[in-house]
Amino acid sequence: MDKEKGVYLDYQAGAGVDPRVLDVMLPYMTESFGNPTSMHHWSWEAKKALENARRAVADLLGSQDWERILFTSSATESNNLALKGTARRLKKKGMHIVTSNIEHWSVHTPLKALQKEGFEVTQVEVDEQGLVDPGDVESAIRDDTIVISIMMANNEIGAIQPLEKIAHLAHERNALFHTDATAALGRMGLDVEKMGIDLLSLSSNQIYGPRGVGALYVKKGIRLEPVLHGGGQEFGMRSGTENIPGIVGLGKAAWIMAMEGEEERRMLGAMSDNLIERILSTIPGASLNGPKDPRLPGNVNVRFSYVEGEALVLGLDSYGIATSSGSACSSKTLEPSHVLLAIGLPHEIAHGSLQLSFGRWTTQGHMEKLMSALPKVVERLQKMSPLAPPEWLKEMYGG
Amino acid sequence: MKYNIYSEKVMDHFQNPRNVGVIEDPDGFGRVGNPVCGDLMEMFIKVEDDKITDIKFRTFGCGSAIATSSMVTELAIGTDLHRGLEITRGEVANELDGPPPIKMHCSNLAADALHAAIVDYLIKQDRLEEFGLSPEEAKKIVHPEDPEH
Repeated sequence: MDKEKGVYLDYQAGAGVDPRVLDVMLPYMTESFGNPTSMHHWSWEAKKALENARRAVADLLGSQDWERILFTSSATESNNLALKGTARRLKKKGMHIVTSNIEHWSVHTPLKALQKEGFEVTQVEVDEQGLVDPGDVESAIRDDTIVISIMMANNEIGAIQPLEKIAHLAHERNALFHTDATAALGRMGLDVEKMGIDLLSLSSNQIYGPRGVGALYVKKGIRLEPVLHGGGQEFGMRSGTENIPGIVGLGKAAWIMAMEGEEERRMLGAMSDNLIERILSTIPGASLNGPKDPRLPGNVNVRFSYVEGEALVLGLDSYGIATSSGSACSSKTLEPSHVLLAIGLPHEIAHGSLQLSFGRWTTQGHMEKLMSALPKVVERLQKMSPLAPPEWLKEMYGG
Repeated sequence: MKYNIYSEKVMDHFQNPRNVGVIEDPDGFGRVGNPVCGDLMEMFIKVEDDKITDIKFRTFGCGSAIATSSMVTELAIGTDLHRGLEITRGEVANELDGPPPIKMHCSNLAADALHAAIVDYLIKQDRLEEFGLSPEEAKKIVHPEDPEH
């Protein structure tokens, strides 16, 4: 977005707010600041804004039921509410939950917390492409399974999961189906009703709305035990005075995405497909992490033999190119990405990953800048790596 | 307030590492770290009259690991073996204006790799005793088992 700052290829970590979104948000901070709970006319505009935002988000999800969109502070909160809210409400029916081993921490960690409350969690393992096999989900479901939670698409490696089949299996066994759609939102066409989704978490920033806002779609007829107790806002399921400017922003972002998403996906998909092809065919020792298809448009996750990922990120940063890595050194725990380990990469290879994620303001010019820097960065690091066999270096780079 | 987790000095050594490469036929060789943990370092030294006359390194690892390897070679070149063995992990970290605490592990490896190369030389020359090292101590330095792993 900001050309002076160089090339930003880390949209999965955070995106700028679309100026069209910011424009509609501002008046709700300074002029129309009414609280929708009030009775006087200042509240009317807030109520109307809330309703419009719900309609826009429902529309993006392919739902008619705008009264089933709950606003939260983040996808993390949405995931917490979806999982804890259903589990605690349904615990008399059963105490078993099924999930995958590549979920985001905001699904993984609440499930760990629920385990401490006595719930049992079965993690279905993905294959080497990062895909969940619905057959594995089927065998994991038990009579006391109450919720199945599988992300729509993985944020790191872009693997799009076979949700329709999994949702169908959940319903056959009378369990609810929740999906964390944070990474997928705006990057694939959505129809919650057709896909059979009962609960769906999303984040505003993913579609160029402000941070600090998320939403949870809750299918009609499903009640949740609140996580935040208070004044009973959001249909009694999520208390706290509504963040109207943020919600208005999310609504506008959803509206824009519903209008422009298809074209945007085509552009991003063409760029990432092309980039993957170029990287794999021109850079020595390059391989793709995750599936070629079905993969989120705009997601590229690659690794290069004999080099470490954080060094790649730093090397690219010196060319003004912002990227990220699943390497241990990029994390707070010094463990490589659990997603890369889940697809079967050994630790020493998982350290070498480079994640590039594109968005609304990514251009072909950015690709060219990246492709002029990346081969140099990789070559420099491979040439100083004790892991690279001398014959291999000679074959790849000559003398 | 530091916003970049790495100091300018670390970035300089990462971008323009000194003494990268291999010495064919080195007098001493050290290899420490473990690629499973994300870093592996090799140090090659040439020794003349108990002085390190040439030193080269190769590193697989993060920015901090590469920068500290480079820094250690600069500290070590031209020094005598006693001094080389005295270069401490802390000294390297200080020289680099202190890498962030979570990176101390990688910066520690560089001094370890240098010590491994020097001790390898001493073993080959059969001079451990002269440097006050027992064979067991020497073995630990040449093949360190990092407790963090």
